[in-house]
Amino acid sequence: MKHLVEYRDADTARRLAAEISRIATRPWAIMEVCGGQTHSIIRHGIDQLLPAEVELIHGPGCPVCVTPLEMIDKALAIARRPEAILCSFGDMLRVPGSREDLLAVKAAGGDVRIVYSPLDAVKLARATPGREVVFLAIGFETTAPANAMAVQIAARERLANFSLLVSHVLVPPAIRAIMSSPGNRVNAFLAAGHVSSVMGTWQYPPLAEEFRVPIVVTGFEPLDLLEGIRRTVIQLEAGRHELENAYPRVVTERGNEAAQAVIAEVFTATDRAWRGIGVIPESGWRLADAYAAFDAEQRFDLGSVTAEESPLCKSGEVLKGVIKPNQCPAFGRECTPRMPLGATMVSSEGACAAYYHAGRTAHGTRLA
Amino acid sequence: MCLAVPGQVESIRDEAGIRMGRVSFGGVVKDVCLAYLPEITVGDYAIVHVGFAISKIDEHSAQETLRTFAELGILEESLAELRESDPATEPGP
Repeated sequence: MKHLVEYRDADTARRLAAEISRIATRPWAIMEVCGGQTHSIIRHGIDQLLPAEVELIHGPGCPVCVTPLEMIDKALAIARRPEAILCSFGDMLRVPGSREDLLAVKAAGGDVRIVYSPLDAVKLARATPGREVVFLAIGFETTAPANAMAVQIAARERLANFSLLVSHVLVPPAIRAIMSSPGNRVNAFLAAGHVSSVMGTWQYPPLAEEFRVPIVVTGFEPLDLLEGIRRTVIQLEAGRHELENAYPRVVTERGNEAAQAVIAEVFTATDRAWRGIGVIPESGWRLADAYAAFDAEQRFDLGSVTAEESPLCKSGEVLKGVIKPNQCPAFGRECTPRMPLGATMVSSEGACAAYYHAGRTAHGTRLA
Repeated sequence: MCLAVPGQVESIRDEAGIRMGRVSFGGVVKDVCLAYLPEITVGDYAIVHVGFAISKIDEHSAQETLRTFAELGILEESLAELRESDPATEPGP
């Protein structure tokens, strides 16, 4: 497919990796924020092409992974209600709540449906006026334009049986939290390409300046990732800390302004708890007051939800980049994609699932 | 979750006031909301995420990026040739 295959050439990948080896003289830790990039890195073995000086730390950019347990439990509580149809992206179905997951609720008779787009949930609400259709709206900035438009359409059509359980999170506050955390080892960031395609790159220069950290907007294909890493290492070696855009075919400085306008209309900033990390101020979006009628948390009395994490799960440390997934004692033993303890083992973007599927049982090694 | 793939716009239509289109992903054609890309036309490529086109792919920038990769390769090869032609620059064992 055009705009994909050109960025997967093995020969060019080896040349880029050789170039990175040539320029790297000191140890550098680079965090790829986005879980989609983590998967591409592990799947294509990008980290194994890099010289020993360059370490990739996997960041918290997996929305399924950082959605707090309380929110999963709220989704489960809604899915158990007989009048409700809970719509979700497929990734969420196997994420463990305190006691069970959405798949278990579905097996017990709950109406849980996987949708490809939030517009599918709007369509379902139109078609089933007697039922309450709730869309589990999780995601980073990339997903917000879709979710915001679903709400706008529902408002325009006065769809009284449509609502959203919102758990939106944002990249820049996460970068700020990581750089401010004690023991941080991150020297530079690969900024998430698709988040930036919506939001633009203008929000990064102040962060690069404040924390004196290079930020390179990077795509998802092997050559995109290697080019992002190459540009980052050049900056690090030169002692520079600037914003660079290594994904210019998709990302512009201003981003998608039509999408930003709809987001600003429908959502408003809020503090969010990140699973495994804790509360980060102003790190997410909730529905703006004008759209409160579409807020599932206000529509349904969910009682008090108290959540309990598995004591064995170290996903918080994985999400902060403190440990690699295969350094967790439960990895591949008590915790597998079939019986996950934490969301990082479930999601197609979770670092633990990426390591498991690539057969990485110990750091730096690979099963045949 | 932020998985987004490039597709080519095959047709554009208005559906209840919303700009929609048929977008081909290597032959698999899907309905995609084009409301956020008012300037996109048939034949253009866009990055699509959960049924929404969020960014038009800029052909010029794509070519520039590919040229950078090509130049890196050429540079590497010409350095190798230089080393081969001049034994004095050959690195030690």
